[in-house]
Amino acid sequence: MGGAILQRGGGLALYAAVARGGFRRYVTYRTATAAGVFTNTVFGFIIAFTYQALWDERPQLGGYDQAQALTFVWVGQALLATVSLVVGGGLDELQERIRNGDIAVDLYRPADLQLWWLAADLGRAACQLLGRGVLPMAVGALAFDLALPAAPGLWAAFLVSVVLAVTVSFGLRYLVALTAFWLLDSAGVAVLSGLAAMFFSGMLLPLRAFPDGFGEVVRMLPWASVLQVPADVLLGRYQGAAVLGALGFQAGWAAVLLAVGRLVQSAATRKVVVQGG
Amino acid sequence: MAESFGRAAPVRHGIRAYLLIVAMWVRSTLTYRASFAIMAVGNAAGSGLEFVTILLMFSHIDELGGFGLPEVALLYGSSATALGLADLLLGNVERLGARVRDGTLDVLLVRPAPVYVQVAADRFALRRIGRLLQAVVVLGWALARVPVDWTPGRVVLAAAMVVSGAAIYGALFTLGAAFQFWAQDAAQVQNSFTYGGNAMLQYPPTVFAKDLVRGVTYIIPLAFVNWLPALRLLGREDPLGLPSWVDFLGPVVAAVVCGGAALAWRAGLRGYRSTGS
Amino acid sequence: MTADQVDGQVDGNGPEFIALEGVEKVFRVRRKAGRLRRVKQEVRAVDGIGFRIGRGEMVGYIGPNGAGKSTTIKMLTGILVPSGGRIRVAGIDPSKERTRLARRMGVVFGQRTTLWWDLPLKDSYELVRRMYRVPHDTYRKNLDRCVELLDLGPLLDAPVRQLSLGQRMRGDIAAALLHDPEVLYLDEPTIGLDVISKARVREFLREVNATLGTTVLLTTHDLTDIEQLCRRVMVIDHGRLMYDGALDGLHGIGGSERTLVVDLERELPPIEGVPGARTVKVEGPRQWLAFPATQSAAPVVAAVAERWPLVDLSVREPDIEDVIARMYTRSAPKPRTPEAR
Repeated sequence: MGGAILQRGGGLALYAAVARGGFRRYVTYRTATAAGVFTNTVFGFIIAFTYQALWDERPQLGGYDQAQALTFVWVGQALLATVSLVVGGGLDELQERIRNGDIAVDLYRPADLQLWWLAADLGRAACQLLGRGVLPMAVGALAFDLALPAAPGLWAAFLVSVVLAVTVSFGLRYLVALTAFWLLDSAGVAVLSGLAAMFFSGMLLPLRAFPDGFGEVVRMLPWASVLQVPADVLLGRYQGAAVLGALGFQAGWAAVLLAVGRLVQSAATRKVVVQGG
Repeated sequence: MAESFGRAAPVRHGIRAYLLIVAMWVRSTLTYRASFAIMAVGNAAGSGLEFVTILLMFSHIDELGGFGLPEVALLYGSSATALGLADLLLGNVERLGARVRDGTLDVLLVRPAPVYVQVAADRFALRRIGRLLQAVVVLGWALARVPVDWTPGRVVLAAAMVVSGAAIYGALFTLGAAFQFWAQDAAQVQNSFTYGGNAMLQYPPTVFAKDLVRGVTYIIPLAFVNWLPALRLLGREDPLGLPSWVDFLGPVVAAVVCGGAALAWRAGLRGYRSTGS
Repeated sequence: MTADQVDGQVDGNGPEFIALEGVEKVFRVRRKAGRLRRVKQEVRAVDGIGFRIGRGEMVGYIGPNGAGKSTTIKMLTGILVPSGGRIRVAGIDPSKERTRLARRMGVVFGQRTTLWWDLPLKDSYELVRRMYRVPHDTYRKNLDRCVELLDLGPLLDAPVRQLSLGQRMRGDIAAALLHDPEVLYLDEPTIGLDVISKARVREFLREVNATLGTTVLLTTHDLTDIEQLCRRVMVIDHGRLMYDGALDGLHGIGGSERTLVVDLERELPPIEGVPGARTVKVEGPRQWLAFPATQSAAPVVAAVAERWPLVDLSVREPDIEDVIARMYTRSAPKPRTPEAR
C-alpha cells in the first residue's frame, strides 16, 4: 500500500523536499522560537521545583530518583514543541484550509495529503528539536542535577524514539484536524485534545507516578508514546531488547493512527467530492 | 477639545461597546447549543486535568512543601478562578499580533469604539466559562475545607484576592498584547507569565527557590494574586518574611499593574499608528 | 478647535469638507544588509500632499502600487498619524479624534472586510447599528435601500466567510453606509470583482453620491471606475500628487495614447501614413497603432480601413500605469527607477 501511495505521490524526493520546506519555514520564525524557548524554560523551572518537593516527600516515586524525575521534566520541556503537544504548531494550517474550503484544491494535487503533511510535520519537528529543545535542556542541566546518560547508544535510541513520538503525535493531530470537515468548532476540539495529550503523555506527571491500575491503562494509550516512552528510553528504563519493545510499541501506535487517519481522510474526501467543497 | 469634558464618558462608552460585541458573540454561540455545551464541559474537564494531577500527587503524599490538600486546593482554586475570569473577559487580546500581521487591526481603528475593547471582546469565547466554573468548584471545596475562622474581614480578603488576582492576570494579558505591537510573533511570552504564573501559584511558595519567589513578588507581582493573601488567610508566614500589611496590598498592586498595562498599550498603539507596521 | 474656526474655511459645514496641507508620512524601515546587519532607511510614503475636497464631491485617487494611496486613506481615517502637515476632515483632526470622526465616515477596504467574519451579515449590521447608535428609522431606511439596490436579501443570513468576494464587497459597502456617513472612503472597492459585481457597485455608489450627497473618495486600479464615477481625479506617485483635475485633462497632460489593434488579411509591412497615428508593433498579420487618447478613434479606423485589407479591429484604452508612468517621466526632471510591481 505504502509503495503505491509513494508512486502516486511522486516518490520520496517530493516528500523529502516537503520536509525540508517544513524545516526551513520554522527557521524563519525567530521571534516565536525565542519566545517559545523562554516559555519552556520558565515552565521547566516551575515544574522542576514542584517535582523536587514531591520527590523529597516520596523518594523513588514511580521508580525514579530525584535526578531522573528532574531529567523527565526537562526532556518534557525540550520535546514539548517538537512533539507539538501545545496548540499552535504543525497542523493548524491544515485545519484552517479545511475550514475555509481551500482543502479542495489540495485534494487534486498529485501528492498524497497525509504523507504531504506528515513530511512537513517531520521537517517542522526537526527544526523545533534543534531550535526549541537544546536550549531549555542546557539551562535545565546547568540549574539542576540531571541524570543524562553518557552512552551514545541510548541517545541514538532516544532519537529514534523521538521520531516515532512525532509520528504518533502527528497521527493524533491529523485526526483532530480532519474533524474540521464535520465540526464547526474544530478549534475547540484541538484545544481539548491538546489538554488531554498533556495529561496522558506524562507532561504533567510521569505516567509511572500514576496510581497502579489507572497508570497501567494510561501507559498503554497512544499518548504514552509521545513523551513517557522517549523519556524512559533516555533514562535507561529499558534494558537491551526491551528498548526494541518500547520502540515497537510506538511504531505500532503510529501505524494504527496513520491507518485510521487514511480511513477518515477517504470518508472526508468523499464528502468534499459529493458536496463540492 | 471636545473629548476632554470628562474621563468617565469614554470609559462608559467603552464598556457599552464591549458589552454590545460580547452579547452578539454570546447570542451567536448559543445558536449551536449542543456544540457549546460540549465545548464548555470539555473545557472544564480539560483544565480539570491539572487539578487531577495534584490529586494524583496527593495519592502518594500527605503534604507538599508543608501544605495539605485543602490548602493546595485553595491556592489552585484562587489562582485558576482569577485566571479563568481574566481569560474569559479579555483573553482574546493575545490575538493582537495576528491582527497586526493580517491587517485587521486597521478595521478596528475606523470604528467608533476603543480598539482595546474591540480586540478584547472580538470572538468572545463563552466556552471558557467551563474552565472558570471548574476552578470555582475547586475553590469552593477548598474554602469549605481549610481550617479558617471566617470573620467578615477574612471574607473580604478572600473576595478581594480573587478580584485583584483577575485584574493582575488581565494586566499581564494586556502587557503581553502591547508587547506584540513590536514583536508580533511573541504571543507565547505572555503565556510564561499568565499560564506559567498560574502553574506556579497553584503550589505553595515553600516549594520554590527563594529567588524565584522574590522575582514574582517584586518584579512580576504574581505573589499578590493569591500567595500572600492566601497565606494570611491560612495564618502562615510567607517565606520572604514580609511585614504583614503587605498581604493586604493585592488591590493596590492590581491597580498599579493595570495602570502600567494601560500605558504600555497606549504606547504600543501610538507606535503602530505612527509606523503602520 | 479654535484654530480651525479662525481659518474659517474648513469647519465641516462649508463647501470644503476635506483639507490636506503639506501632509507627509515617513516610515522607518529596517532592511537586511548582509546576513545579520540591518540598516535603517527612511521611506517617504507620502511626501507633502495637499488637496481640498468639497462636500458632495466624488473623487478618484489613483496611482501605482506603493504610491501612497492607502497611506493617505489611512491618515484621513485616523488609522495612521501623519509625520507632518495638517489634515482636517469635517473640521476634525483625524489623528486626534479618531472615534468622533468614525461616526461620521464610512470606510470600505477592498482587501479585507470590516464585517465580523463568523457572523451572519444581518448580525454584523445589527452590531453596526448599536455601535454607531443609529436611530431605528434611519437604520431601517438605509438597510432597506442597500438591500434593494445591492441585492442583499438572500445574503443576510449567511456568515460573512461564506460569501463570495463580490457579495462580501456589497455587504461591506452597505455596512459602511448604515449610519448615514458624510464621507465614504473606498480603498480598491472593485478589486477582484467580476464584471457584473463591478457594475452593480458602481451604479450604487453613483446613486448614493447623487441622492444623499455623500462625499466619496475612492482609490482604484481600474480606470473604468474613475471614468464612470468621478469627474475629478487625483494621481499620486512616489508620495507626491502628480495631477488633480478632470479625467480628460489627465489624458491630455500625460500625453497618453490609446491603441488600435488591427488584424489584416496577411502579413504586411508596418502601416504608414495614417494621420495622428503611428505603428508601434507588428506581429504577423496583427499590428498595433498608437494615437493620442484625446483624439477620436473614428478617423484612424477609417484611414486604415480605406487602404489596408482589414479583418478585425479593437481599441484599447490607455493603461492607467502607462498614463502615470508617462506623466512621471515628463514632470520629473530626474527620473528614478519606478518601483517594482
